[in-house]
Amino acid sequence: MTWIGFILLIGFAAFVSSGLGTFKTPYDVILKLWLSPAYPDAAAPVDDTVRYIVLNVRLARICLAFLIGAALGLAGTVYQGVLLNPLADPFTLGISTGAAFGASLAILVGVGSVHFLGVSALPGAAFAGALLALYLVYLLGSVDGRIHVVTIVLAGIIVSTFLSAMISLLKSLNEESVSTIVFWIMGSLSGKSWTHVLLVLPYIAAGAVAICCFTRELDLLSLGDIPAQQLGVNVGKVRFWLLLSASLITAAAVAVSGIIGFVGLVIPHLARLALGPRHRVLIPAAMLSGGLLVLVSDSIARSILPGGAEIPVGVVTAILGGPFFCYLLLRRKQQLRLQ
Amino acid sequence: MLSSAPPQAAAASAVTVTDLRCGYAGREVLKGISFSAAAGEFVGILGPNGAGKSTLVLALSGIIEPASGKIEILGTAIERLSLKERARRVAVLNQDGDMRFPFPCREVVAMGRYPHKKRWQMDSVRDMEAVEKALALTDTEVLADRLIGAVSGGERQRVLMAKSLAQESPVLILDEATSAMDIHRKLQIFRVLDRLNREDNLTVFAVMHDINLAALFCRRMLFLKEGKVEADGPTEEVLTPETLEAIYETRVVVQEIELAGKRQVIFLP
Repeated sequence: MTWIGFILLIGFAAFVSSGLGTFKTPYDVILKLWLSPAYPDAAAPVDDTVRYIVLNVRLARICLAFLIGAALGLAGTVYQGVLLNPLADPFTLGISTGAAFGASLAILVGVGSVHFLGVSALPGAAFAGALLALYLVYLLGSVDGRIHVVTIVLAGIIVSTFLSAMISLLKSLNEESVSTIVFWIMGSLSGKSWTHVLLVLPYIAAGAVAICCFTRELDLLSLGDIPAQQLGVNVGKVRFWLLLSASLITAAAVAVSGIIGFVGLVIPHLARLALGPRHRVLIPAAMLSGGLLVLVSDSIARSILPGGAEIPVGVVTAILGGPFFCYLLLRRKQQLRLQ
Repeated sequence: MLSSAPPQAAAASAVTVTDLRCGYAGREVLKGISFSAAAGEFVGILGPNGAGKSTLVLALSGIIEPASGKIEILGTAIERLSLKERARRVAVLNQDGDMRFPFPCREVVAMGRYPHKKRWQMDSVRDMEAVEKALALTDTEVLADRLIGAVSGGERQRVLMAKSLAQESPVLILDEATSAMDIHRKLQIFRVLDRLNREDNLTVFAVMHDINLAALFCRRMLFLKEGKVEADGPTEEVLTPETLEAIYETRVVVQEIELAGKRQVIFLP
């Protein structure tokens, strides 16, 4: 029941969001357009421009925002579960920055628009960057082949800072405007269409399916490596596939949206506080609530400033997420257990 | 003692270790260990710090690979068993069981069912029965709905004991698994293990520092020292001042406690 309620809430948020924007669209028109697949006659008198703006521009962006949020919430849950670190997320581990670096490099050398077998090379380049970052963080953050809980976050911050600087450098070499750099660093869904939804959907879906194969193993990992293996979990293999899948998902998200922080960090905590740490519940919950958070944040980002100006969605998630995380930290130190 | 064992005994063997050598990155900890335990034995593994007790536990559960030698679990070489098969044969309970995320205790106990499950399989009635039985045996039903991070160290060890019992493996290895419990709880847990050992033929290996607790429940004692088997045999034969003084290098008095029909050890200052 709670799940159905939550999905209805997301639908409602999407509905409200599709009426927001500089181009005024009354909600009775929105309703007609939403119902147009079932009742084409009702939406027949609606102007083509309005139809295009609502169905092709806004709705595409809403779907993309939900998808990106779900991806980041999922990736964050997996990183925290695999590394047993409540501070791990695509951003703090430097994976997002790695993906952004890979994508920037691809754009700079001109392979960003190359298509191979109908698939854009951009998510591939982002994935390569994400893997590079993951490898570096793993290398720096592990002692004798074992992941060290505190060191890995420090390693993530170092790698992330370094790669951010590299992105800025690439952009200045390319003489691009500052706003494009801001896109990568703070994230934005401005000007995205259904093409982008279709671009990232296969990657995110593939990663999510792979992760769902390992929900029970994710639970057992929190016993520690040795007890988990003594219960029959192939810890090395499970960890490898989970980190790879989470990085693939992160890379796909970053390739179209830039770096949107805080979602991967806050959402898993929120879901864990509400529903407990069992991953077969946590994973769908983190995906739905992550999607909702980015959907709402992006709606705010594109409608709060007058005259059609936008603020980066990452700014909104950080402004919403930052104080909330402080609240969690102060009120629920016990559950967070930052060691 | 090893190769001379008749075939029938080999078939009923729970664990057979032959000339086992292993350790970590260039440091050999176990230097040629051999023993064989039949199904239904209750073996105490004792010895000073650094003797190789925990390394032996890691080797028996397949966490570290032998540099040489052989380990057989219920008649099969350990390297020929998949990880889940190993877990269905041997349950291991470690001393430290800190958990990062706040699982309810019942969920932790249910994790013991993992080796019995296929990937997409839901919890069966059989699984739930095993979990409830394990909770009852360890007297942890009252803890079942509390979070593992919110119970005391001794309570957590009882919950983890329940997890290992829910695993229903015929061989149970404890590594200092009752160290944080008070004496009443220790005795209670060991009485349960004693009963499972006698009634269900559970083979128990218990790594212990508390030699007197071991003397109450273990019918066989295996003393390790500096990576070798220093003494091995029925408790009443091995638990003598001579053996203990050789192993612990301290003067020792061994007393018969007639009321319990057991021996107890006093180390002299």
